[in-house]
Amino acid sequence: MQRSFLLTSLGITLALGSYASSAQANTEIAWWHAMGGALGDKVEQIAADFNASQDTYTVKPVFKGNYSETMTSAIAAFRADKGPDIVQIYEVGTATMMAAKGAIVPVYQLMKSADVEFDPQAYLPAVTGYYTDPDGNMLSLPFNSSTPVTYYNRKLLEQAGVEEVPRTWQALGDALEKVVDSGTASCGLTTTWPSWVMLENYSAINDVPFASQANGFEGTDARLQFNRTAAVDHIERLTQWQEDGRFAYGGRFDDAAPKFYSGECALMMGSSASYANINENADFDFDVAPLPYDADVVDKSNNSIIGGASLWVFDGLDDTHQQGVAEFFEYLSSPEVQADWHQYSGYLPITQAAADLTRKQGFYADHPGTDVAIKQITAGEPTDNSKGLRLGNMVQIRDVINGELEDIFSGDAGAQEGLDEAVSRGNALLEKFESAHQ
Amino acid sequence: MSAPFQRHRLTPWILMAPQLGIVLVFFFWPALQAIEQAFYVEDAFGLSREFAGLANFKAVLSDATYYQALGTTLVFSLAVAFGAMSIALLLAVMADRVIRGARIYRTLLVWPYAVAPAVAGVLWLFLFDPTLGLISGLLGDVGIDWDHKLNGAQALALVIMASVWKQMSYNFVFFLAALQALPKSLLEAAAIDRAGPWRRFWTITFPLLSPTAFFLLVMNSVYAFFETFGTIDTVTSGGPGGATTTLVYKVYQDGFVGQDMGSSAAQSVLLMALVGGLTWFQFRYVERKVQY
Repeated sequence: MQRSFLLTSLGITLALGSYASSAQANTEIAWWHAMGGALGDKVEQIAADFNASQDTYTVKPVFKGNYSETMTSAIAAFRADKGPDIVQIYEVGTATMMAAKGAIVPVYQLMKSADVEFDPQAYLPAVTGYYTDPDGNMLSLPFNSSTPVTYYNRKLLEQAGVEEVPRTWQALGDALEKVVDSGTASCGLTTTWPSWVMLENYSAINDVPFASQANGFEGTDARLQFNRTAAVDHIERLTQWQEDGRFAYGGRFDDAAPKFYSGECALMMGSSASYANINENADFDFDVAPLPYDADVVDKSNNSIIGGASLWVFDGLDDTHQQGVAEFFEYLSSPEVQADWHQYSGYLPITQAAADLTRKQGFYADHPGTDVAIKQITAGEPTDNSKGLRLGNMVQIRDVINGELEDIFSGDAGAQEGLDEAVSRGNALLEKFESAHQ
Repeated sequence: MSAPFQRHRLTPWILMAPQLGIVLVFFFWPALQAIEQAFYVEDAFGLSREFAGLANFKAVLSDATYYQALGTTLVFSLAVAFGAMSIALLLAVMADRVIRGARIYRTLLVWPYAVAPAVAGVLWLFLFDPTLGLISGLLGDVGIDWDHKLNGAQALALVIMASVWKQMSYNFVFFLAALQALPKSLLEAAAIDRAGPWRRFWTITFPLLSPTAFFLLVMNSVYAFFETFGTIDTVTSGGPGGATTTLVYKVYQDGFVGQDMGSSAAQSVLLMALVGGLTWFQFRYVERKVQY
């Protein structure tokens, strides 16, 4: 008995020893991400391809749940000194990460010290703007960025006699009236991610401020302003549409999507990255159109802003790990990898080269509508109102906004009243963030 | 009883040690940390930490949404405890009278307890989805417009139903066991004295069940306050407009989603005090009415 125990433990020790030596030759890089399902498979594949392309590093992706779970567990792990090398953080967590000086290594610095070629100009400005500090340095690597677009049910619009999705909210109102009055569909339009689409992107596209200080880019003393802009009229318009059936609120996140899949609603505004899902779930012909602009406010559409996530690197890695992360980032940003990711997922190509490559491969011609998002996000030079949002506690602020929107659409509060409340509760969160980061 | 143990002063402690160890590590330690955290303002990464005195508590207690959550919690907990106990009692009394196939009924009635809260939530969500749900479709046919994504009262009703359904089985087991332990002679004597089933239930059965009912009241209150988190998270995520945000869900939202540790810790300390106080109240006043 004793003897066999000794032998077993000897065997285990030997096995561990050989494992350790092979691990020495091959540095393991932990990548925590929030991509479930098919996207998660793709992440695994990207890592496997990178691992096969060289034999110094092994990137190991670990699925950590949804965005907020991933962020929470990464922060908890960091506090326990067991953080991953790379973590995927959603765009509303950006301000929190940026403020955590001493916890992260900025990507530009990482690439420089690892001596890996890195040209910030190669990335799309509307994407990198989000993740760049006031001095123009990129702090995290954009990975999956999307922007909202309009999906429409072609058959329903034809039946209602609507030729194409109008470019302005005003004309869209008339078109939706036709859809509902003709009885083609019981609901004209629904939206996923209500705050992101109907307030954050509405403000960017129509060049009105969402918050002061260039939406927070110029300081943590930014305060919300959407209760004093055309956004109030827009929410008021949606409230009226909610009453006459032209709009139907379908819940937070992606909860509204079944309303579109089932043909209840003829139009849906949602993330460009929903393309694959809609393709799978809709048994009708659908098409993609840009988000409309408000003809009462502007003459032409500004660029829309992004959502999605970027990759952050934790501080405290040794040189070998840093080198590995840098080389992986270089691989990840290559046009081939990016173009493949873009075509597979519907996320935006983050570099111009990837977009060009996709066009050259004929993907946009074969899949009409997939280039709407990229056209929309590159429409003109981003202004102070359309660079993006950089607001602390944005996760909670979005919760507050969604809650107030629900009160407005259910008739419990007026548009002005509800948005005032959202602003004052949101500003309390901004003040808290400001005082914690002085 | 006490005589043998007086000679063995250590034995009881050794016997209790495993349980005490678990309670220390999984309750007292985190609870003490929460109390400490409640007096500090800290960034998410723990890079800077500042003593804040009572600032966290003041902020929580001057926040209107906290009182909204408190109100929601009271309505929710009362409805869940009362609903789960009364339905379970009714089912237990009926199952107790069944002779043929009694085992099957009992097994089926106990099953929901084996379902995880999050899964229970999803089941009810499917039934009541405003677009695809079976029951919401039927309700639509009779003219009730079901949309718990906008209608706060409907959302609250939905999480109450899901939580009641889940807890009912637990109560059922205890009530059934208590019913079967009742002395049959008392009920038979009453029946001979021409007391009807209704009278027999309220004057004999119900008072004799009171120890069980009291135990279940405490357990159900704790369940409604703490363990319904998974159901709420999957069904409504606290919405619409905070209509289903209970105190424990708010602790989660502010602490884990919002990364505001100080406020979240202050809220958990308040919640701990509230539930502790409630349990004390139950033992002090409600237990007097219990007939052992």
